[in-house]
Amino acid sequence: MVSVSRHVLDARNLLCPMPVIRTQQTAATLAVGEVLEVHCTDPGALVDIPAWCRVHGHTLLDTQTHGDELVITLRIAEPSRPGC
Amino acid sequence: MIHPQRKAVALISGGLDSMLAAKLVLEQGIWVEGLNFFTGFCVEGHTHAIRHRPGQKPKRNNALWVAEQLGIRLHLVDVIEEYKDVVLNPKHGYGANLNPCIDCKSFMVAQAREWMTRNGFDFIITGEVLGQRPKSQRRDTFPIIARESGACDRLLRPLSAKLLPPTLPEAEGWVERSKLCGFSGRGRGPQIGLAAGFGFTDYAQPAGGCCFLTDRAYARKLRDLWEVRGEKSYDFDDVMLLKIGRHLRPSPRFKLIIARDQGETRYLGGYRQRFVHMWPTRHGGPLTLVQGEVSDPDLELAARITARFCKSRRAAQVRIEVVTPERGSYAMSVAPLSADEIPGKWYL
Repeated sequence: MVSVSRHVLDARNLLCPMPVIRTQQTAATLAVGEVLEVHCTDPGALVDIPAWCRVHGHTLLDTQTHGDELVITLRIAEPSRPGC
Repeated sequence: MIHPQRKAVALISGGLDSMLAAKLVLEQGIWVEGLNFFTGFCVEGHTHAIRHRPGQKPKRNNALWVAEQLGIRLHLVDVIEEYKDVVLNPKHGYGANLNPCIDCKSFMVAQAREWMTRNGFDFIITGEVLGQRPKSQRRDTFPIIARESGACDRLLRPLSAKLLPPTLPEAEGWVERSKLCGFSGRGRGPQIGLAAGFGFTDYAQPAGGCCFLTDRAYARKLRDLWEVRGEKSYDFDDVMLLKIGRHLRPSPRFKLIIARDQGETRYLGGYRQRFVHMWPTRHGGPLTLVQGEVSDPDLELAARITARFCKSRRAAQVRIEVVTPERGSYAMSVAPLSADEIPGKWYL
């Protein structure tokens, strides 16, 4: 069984678009297949981060709401196109 | 001989023009990716998030939405720090308010040029339309932006290309000039027609622009900040706080930021540790931040103003909880000021 690295990004108290920008910056440092868990408090992130995943081909694994906190989990995809 | 696919980077604001410009180039078989810059002054995002009400559907990020419609990648770029010099020292001055439009466009195209070079792309696309904006989208300012950004003839404006000298992508045959447009002026008809032709039925039509620096009320607050500070400077928190709440300056020494709804109260609450603050304890009402040096009479005045904006503004007395670094937390009962007792000039 291959273990997958799981990374956590604290984007709480940031307002959109900053959670997306931080997600993008962190994703750029991760390898293909690694999992990123983004913790946010801006409800807009529930729309923006999945949209950003679709645009870049990353896989949205899960979204959860715990009170005021949102946890969005995604898997990094292989960069298939020119400007990574 | 096989020609490599040419690649263009498009400035994507989330509005219709940049969407159409990118689409025109995509249609010619060019690989396109988008850039969207976050300067801190963008109307989208933060403002919507702060004033979001429970149960309300969150607003979409239009730039991401446009990228999805076009099927292109979009890179969101935080330029808050780099952008300061544009706002504080615009070489070409400000527009009607504090909008440094020519410097702003040059800055963004320059950022795109650096990205283009770093990623091996060939040219830059913008959604600029000749004559659409009084300051930056003119026949005499277009060459300035191309030159000062360093993009020069690698800057293509597909919506007005036929009215402009040919650029490198046209001269080299990477794109066919005949398939680009010759739009000019402030009318939206040609763009709406082109959008219909592409089958776009849903697109953002921001009212009043997408940048707070074009907003008269915001510019007034930013000027006030610089005047009180004695210098032109700002940080990200300044930018954010100027977007939120009612701003009243009863004295040169201090200013009040009074939340207008629950979302703003929650957001301003994040700044409580940094400012003297107060709120009505028994009557539903706003959190108020006090910026500046305040005496006891100033605090009482601030409390009376805060009481003015709570639900019991007509009550004889309203109890206000005040927190200062010197005295900690304490309560005072004050008579709310009436509307007539708040001079119009206090409102920023």
